[in-house]
Parts: sequence; structure tokens; C-alpha cells
Amino acid sequence: MLTPLNITIESLNLSTLTPILITLTGALFILIIDLFKKDLNKSLYVVISSLFLILAFGSLVDLATEVINNGTIFGIFNLMKIDGLSLISQFIIIGASILFIPLALTSKRFHEFSYPEFFSLFLFMIAGFEFMVSTDNLILIFLGLETASLALYTLIALHNRSKSFEAAVKYFTMGALAAGLFVFGAMVLYALTGSVEINQIATTLRADHYINLPYILVGVVFLFAALGFKVAIIPFHTWAPDVYEGASASMAGYMSIVPKIAGFVVMMRLFEFLVHSGLIWMQVILYASIVITMTAANIWALVQTDVKRMLAYSSISHAGFVLSAILIGTTQANSALFLYWILFAFTNLGAFSMLWISRQKNLPAGQSSDHSYEKFSGMIHTSPKTAIVMGIFMLSLAGVPPFALFWGKLYMVSSAVTSGYVGLAIIMVLNSAVAAYYYIKLIVYMFMKEPVTDVHGKIYTINSSTPLSVVIGVAVIATLFAILVINPLLEFITSFVYSSGF
Amino acid sequence: MLNHILSIVIFFPAVAAILGFVINKNSMRAYGVVVGVMEFILSLYLWWAFNPNIGGFQFLEKTPLISSFGINYQLGINGISLFIIIMASFFTMIGIASLTKIKNIKNMIITLLFLQMTMVGVFSALDGILFYIFWELSLVPMLYIIGAWGGPLRIYASVKFFLYTFTGSLIMLVGLLFMAYLYYQTTGVWSFSIPAWYKLVLPLHYQIWLFLAFFIGFAVKVPMFPFHTWLPYAHGQAPTIGSVILAAVLLKMGTYAFILFSLPMFPDAAVYFMYPIAILAIIMIIYTAMVAYAQKDIKQVVAYSSISHMGVIILGIFSLNVIGISGSVFLMIAHGIVSGALFLLVGVIYDRRHTKLMSEFGGLAHVMPRYATIFGIMVMAAVGLPLTINFIGEFLSLLGFFKQSHVMTLIATSAIIVGAIYMLTSYKKLFFGNVTNEKNKNLPDVSKHELIALIPLVAITIWLGVYPNPILKPITKSVRVIVQIMHDKSITPQARMRISLPKSKIIQYKDIKIGEAK
Repeated sequence: MLTPLNITIESLNLSTLTPILITLTGALFILIIDLFKKDLNKSLYVVISSLFLILAFGSLVDLATEVINNGTIFGIFNLMKIDGLSLISQFIIIGASILFIPLALTSKRFHEFSYPEFFSLFLFMIAGFEFMVSTDNLILIFLGLETASLALYTLIALHNRSKSFEAAVKYFTMGALAAGLFVFGAMVLYALTGSVEINQIATTLRADHYINLPYILVGVVFLFAALGFKVAIIPFHTWAPDVYEGASASMAGYMSIVPKIAGFVVMMRLFEFLVHSGLIWMQVILYASIVITMTAANIWALVQTDVKRMLAYSSISHAGFVLSAILIGTTQANSALFLYWILFAFTNLGAFSMLWISRQKNLPAGQSSDHSYEKFSGMIHTSPKTAIVMGIFMLSLAGVPPFALFWGKLYMVSSAVTSGYVGLAIIMVLNSAVAAYYYIKLIVYMFMKEPVTDVHGKIYTINSSTPLSVVIGVAVIATLFAILVINPLLEFITSFVYSSGF
Repeated sequence: MLNHILSIVIFFPAVAAILGFVINKNSMRAYGVVVGVMEFILSLYLWWAFNPNIGGFQFLEKTPLISSFGINYQLGINGISLFIIIMASFFTMIGIASLTKIKNIKNMIITLLFLQMTMVGVFSALDGILFYIFWELSLVPMLYIIGAWGGPLRIYASVKFFLYTFTGSLIMLVGLLFMAYLYYQTTGVWSFSIPAWYKLVLPLHYQIWLFLAFFIGFAVKVPMFPFHTWLPYAHGQAPTIGSVILAAVLLKMGTYAFILFSLPMFPDAAVYFMYPIAILAIIMIIYTAMVAYAQKDIKQVVAYSSISHMGVIILGIFSLNVIGISGSVFLMIAHGIVSGALFLLVGVIYDRRHTKLMSEFGGLAHVMPRYATIFGIMVMAAVGLPLTINFIGEFLSLLGFFKQSHVMTLIATSAIIVGAIYMLTSYKKLFFGNVTNEKNKNLPDVSKHELIALIPLVAITIWLGVYPNPILKPITKSVRVIVQIMHDKSITPQARMRISLPKSKIIQYKDIKIGEAK
């Protein structure tokens, strides 16, 4: 006889889902509006999306206070796990999305924003990422990952250019492969431990003293490859530059931040217990991929002739840089990862937005790419303000103090030094020095070369509008005055990371 | 006002630079001069309010920036940094005043004012990270000055300058972070405060590694011998104002940092590396002097001679005693005044003829007598003629090192003769003989503008050469404190032997019978 299940609604603890539910409601709302009235302006959808995102942000603050008071919250049969990590990463995801969404309000008309589906897919994607970071369950992680990825593929393809279709298909193929790898890896770990909960996998493996080492290795390597695809670690990065080039500049900027932070959180949950267990091969895999990702991406970035592709490679290099947090595995390192990524979000989104506002509808005459270095030649004479703003973003990316990203670098390198990874710290700073070259290269073009004769200053802001200027303004202020908020930010992050046991 | 005077001196130029964006292009130079003069007066006020009887840091300020990580906004100056700050504001002032023929003057003056903020910041920061911020930030305006107003190879030169120094200082950053970590391990609190670090005694192997990490950062900046290749390019391509600031102030950041960090924090490592560094310094003195002799371009001669003198400064610092270090600090000032003046003088002739090749000139003494006189005085100072400012610095530096090694000092001193040879030959090529080149026949002599910039430099050169005490005394006072710290902290017997404090001035009467005295 089956006994009737007796589940109270309180035990589900639905509050853990609030930010996600709000985002999903927003997505459905947009679809419903579209059902009743077509040809509404994109500005409506932008505002609706940001309203829902702001609401989600608010509910997140609410959840955060609850976590501070009562510790980690579980919900829905312990599938949902809202801990410090999940909260910080959701803050980053939603915060970056709020910054991103006004970028749709360009003065030029672009194909993708005329579809309400764009905005609804965008919100679906955010919900997917939120799922991904707030659970310990491999199946739910997979679900979130796929929800987000499928939406993202479509968003890229909506940018109506042949290169975008190429990018989307490329990303989709690679992503499908990664999904397969993820499932396979998860299956191996399930076969070994009989659980899909990372917690329990860790406990069981530890209790068995890692006896089935080859199988664990297979499972972990597959999962590592799958997540490596998502955060674009070399050698799983091949899709990244092409996809960044194909996607619109704003979307590329978004992709360099939000999907990656979700990936980092999952990696943190999955791999750090292995690093802490003293499994040498895990450390070797991580160490090697960190060094290769940082270095090789930097070298590729050196030879790029297009600024957007350069930023794509530089994003890969930055991802390699923060990945070292997972190898180091101390609270300081994990906090450094989040600090770095928050600061990186502002700077990088700002830099990509600068490309976005200079985007013409069609390729500039006689040039094969939208944002070649030559295009920015002599910008200080034709459009000084824009040049200075772009220069600040470049200096921040290069890690010149006191701009935002320097503090992330400082804290990350410090965490390496503190944990005895002095060699890694040296590699990190040398890579920063290499990276400085290609950021400086853009500054050289903007400030030291003569303007190209047939170019007017107007092209640098051709796509600009008030909302875009506001977004860039926010990014500039955050980049310039980061020093003033580092202390509270760091304390906030550290307390959350510490409370979730990382 | 006195509580925050240093912050005011640091940030006044930056605020002025931001306000400068609204000023009309034609009035920009006047604005720049006004700001420069105000800043100079502020820095003179520092000197006036400075208590010369205290050797430690004065005008202290401290506000927490990132308290959980021990980063503070901590400022203070001693007798060593005070005069470099005054020199920095002095050169910015006369540098702006001498800007007459330059395009985009507005951008230039704004950049210079930002540069001034970073320079004053470096010399008054007492927190490792704050120091690093100003240190790195100073690269950006210089990159722009060289890259936008320089010669034909300007972009190569500016990027090389940036990357060299940036790489070096990133290694130094690892050193700073490791130092903070060691402090944390010992005391349980994070701190980047330099005075706090002075109190930490480290085992020798840590000292050696940290010394090396810092050394790379500083050596590139100075620049020491194997790391010096960026400087000739930077000088060769930079506009006059860029070379002046670079030689007079930016290079001093490296030597100042040796005294601020390396010596008092790692005294045993300083002794351990004393001879290798002294050898590098001597190579630097001799090698660059010879290279200078082979140059055809007058600006390159001045550039290489400037590197050569930096070698003497390094030698003085690593004499590790009060006389040598005081002498080298004095020489920093002297070198700034003299090489800054020489670069300005080269700029004068370059403005007229747009060439710096010595073969283009000759017999200028007939056409430009006043110019020749001023140039002559400065060449004599660069050569180290007694009663000029350089002589005192060089003499004291070498005297200091004489106590450590007679032979090396002898070699270094003989290299100064090579210096005399190339400087005097260049002077001869430029000024003596008949006017061979037609184009030089009607060159105008120095204008009033230029005289305003040059006369004070001549005056200082001779004044401090005859009577160095007003600045030598406070310098010695502060150096004594640094050497005292080194002396107290040293742990190895070699270090105890090498780091000597001057004997007390009181001579005790001893009853020695005639015949017993030896």
C-alpha cells in the first residue's frame, strides 16, 4: 500500500526560489504582452525586464538577511541550497544583467531587439544561471546550465549577421558536446557514490579514501572539461573568440561575465573538496590549465587586430587568472575570486559598451571588422571624452592602480602568496605585464596616433543614447572610485564565503 | 591646515588638472604656470614648517582605506623626501614655464599636473600599497608625454618605457604582498605600513628573496646596468619637458625607494648584496660613460651621462653608512638640478634648429654667448667641479664607499674622469671653433622666457655647491635614523661589521703617556 505523501508547503521553503520565480514571471509576462499586442517598442520590454530584475535583486537582499541570521537555507526537498556563494553569485548575475539590459536602447535600430522574445529569453537565461549556482545537485546544475545555454545560443543568433549565425551554431555545437561531457561525468560520480549531491559525493569519496581513483579521475575530468567549455578555459576555449566576434559587443561583454561566474561557482563546489583532499593530480590539472589559460590567451591577444577579439582573449586570460582561486582554495582566495569578478564586471561591461556605442550598422568602409585598432586612431583629437573613458577601462583591465581591477589582482595575488603559491603569484603578475601590452596598444592608437583622415569624432558615439551613457557612466564611476568601496565589499564577500564553508 | 598639508600638496595639482579641462587653450600656459608656482610655494611651506631637528617622518597622516587588509592612506616625509618633493614641484613649475613651442599645450599641461600628483605622492607615501599606486600611476602620464609629443620612434620608446617599468614593479608588488604576509604571520594583523615594517626582523633567506623582488622593481626604474636599455630610447624620443622630469624626478623614485625599503627593511640582505650591486654600479658608471663618449647626438650624451651619475648614487647608497647615503641623497638633488638643466639647455637649441646632432653645430659661443655661459656652468657641474652642487654629492658618496672598498672606489672615481672627457669634448664640439654651419650664423641667444627657467638653476647649482648645509643637515639627520634602524636590526655578523654608525662627536681625553701612544 502506498502511504499518502504528507508535505507541508512550509517544508518546501519556497522562499529559496523567489529571485528565480520573479525572473521567470518576468519572462512569461513579456511573452503574454506580446500575445496581446504586437509592435510595441523595445523600450517597454527593456523597462519591464529591468523592473523584474530589480525586484529579483530586492528579494535577493531579503534572502541575504535571512542567510546572515539563520545560516544556509535549504528548500524543495533540499534541492535548493541558498548559501553565501549562491547569494554573492546571484548578486553578480542579476546586477550585471541590470547593467546590461539598458544597452538594448541604442539610437540605431538593431534586429534582435525588435523581438520581445529576446527579452524573455534573456530572463529565462538569468533564471537558468540562478538555478545553477543555488544547488548542490548535479542534475539541477545541469538543468540550469542547459536552460541558460539554450537561451544564450538563441540570443547570439538573433543578432542578424552571418557571423552571428556561425557563432551561434559553433557555440551550440560545442555546448552540446559540453552538455554530454557533463552528464557523463556526473554519471560516473553517481556510479561511484550513489548520489548526485556534491556534498554526499564528497563525503562518500572521503570515507572510501578515494579508493577508485581511476574512475574518480574519469568523472572529474569529464566534469572539468564540461565546465571548462562554459568558462572558456584553454584548451576548451576555441569557440570563445569567434562567438564573441559574432555576437553584438554588448552581448559579448555580458557573456564574458555572467555565464562564467556561474561556472566558477559550480567549479568551486565540485573541485575544491578534491583539492583540499590532497589529490595531487587534481592540483596538477588545475595548475596546468590555469597557467596555460592565462599565458596562451595573453599571447593570442597580443596578435589580434580587432579590439573585440582582443577583449575576447583577454577575458579568457582573466578567467584563467581567477581560476587560481579554486586551486588555492582558501577563504581569502575564494573571496578574491568574487571581488575580482565584481570589479571585472564593471570594467569589462564598460569596455564592451564603449565598443557597442561605436558600432555602425554596417561594416566600416574598407575594413573587415567592426572594431579594428585603426578605427580608434587619434581618438583623443576627435572625441576626447570617449577616448579618456576607454583609456580608463583599458588601464583598469591592465591592472594599473588605483583603478578597479587592480584591487582584485592585488587580493588574488596576495592569496596566492599567503598560501605558499609564490611561483603561481609570479606567473600571475608576469602575465599581467604581458597583458599590459595589448591594452596599452589601444591607448597608443587612441592617444598617440594621428586620426585617420576621413573619420569624424562622431563615429565613436554613433550608437549612443542616454541609457547607454548612463550605463557607461556607472561603469566609469565604479572603475575610478572602486578604492572607496573595496573595504565594505570585501568584508561582505568574505563573511558570505566563510559562512558557506569555502 | 598643518594636519593635512601633505594631502594638499599631493592633490592640489590633480584638482587643478581636472579644473584645467574647462580652461581655454590660449590661456592654458598661464594657468599651468600659476598652478606650478602655487604648488612650489606649498612645497616651500613644507620646508618652512619642517622641523630639521627630527630625523624621523613628519606631517604624518593616517586614514584606513581597506582596514581588513591593513591598507592605509598613510603619509609622512623626512629630510630625504622633503627636498625631492621640492625639486619635483620646482621642475614642474619651470618645465611648464618653458613650454613655448608645443602643440596641444592643454593636454600637455593637464598631463604634467597629474604627473606631479603622482610624483609628490610617491615621495610622501608611507604605506606600501599607497606607494605602489603612485609609483605605477606615474607611468601613465609619462607614457602619454613621450608617446604623443616625442620624436619619430616615440611609440616604441614610450611602450618600452611602460612595459619595462610595469613588469619590474609587478615583481615588486609580489614582494610587497609577501612582506605584508610575513608581517601578518608574525604579528597577526595585516599591515602595509612602512614604519611598522621597519620593526620587523626577518631571517636572512627571506630577506634575500624579498630584497631581490624589490630590487627588480627599483633597478628598472633607476635604471641599473642590465635593465637600463629603455632609458636612452625614452630620453632620445621624449620632448624636452619629458626628459627633464624623467631625469630630474622619475629616476629618483628608484633610488629613493632603495633607501625607503631595501636598506632599513632588509639590512642583512643589503650587506649580502653590497658588492654585487656595487660592481653593477661601477659597470654602469664606466660603461655608460664610454657609450656617452661615442654619441653623436647631444641629448644622448646628456642621457648617458645621467645614467652614469645614477651609478654613483647607487654606489653611495650601498656604502651603507651615514656619509655615503647622505651624499647620495644630496647627489640625487644635484643630479636632478644639473641633468634637468642640461636637458632644458638641449631643448633650447633643439627649438631653434630642430636637430640635436653635434656635427650640425660648432662655434656657438660666438653667436649665443649667454647660452654658452650657462651651458658651460652646467657642464662644469656635471663634471663635478668643486664649488658646484654635484661635487659635494659625488665626493660624499665616494667617501662613504671608500670605507667599504678602497679599490672599487678608486675605479669608480677614475670613471669620473671619463665623464669629464666626454662632457668637455661635447662642449668643445658645440661651442668652440668657428661657426662652420651657415644656419647657425643668425641663431638668437636665449630669450627672457628661457632665462627665467635657467637662471634659478644656475643659482642653485652654485649656492648649494658653496654652502650645502641648509639641505645637507636635514638629510644627514634622516639618514642617521635609517642607518640606526639598519644597525639595530642587522642579525648577521657581516652586517654588524659593515653597517657602521658614526662615532660620537665627543672626544674623550685620555691620559696617554708620551711614548706609549701608537
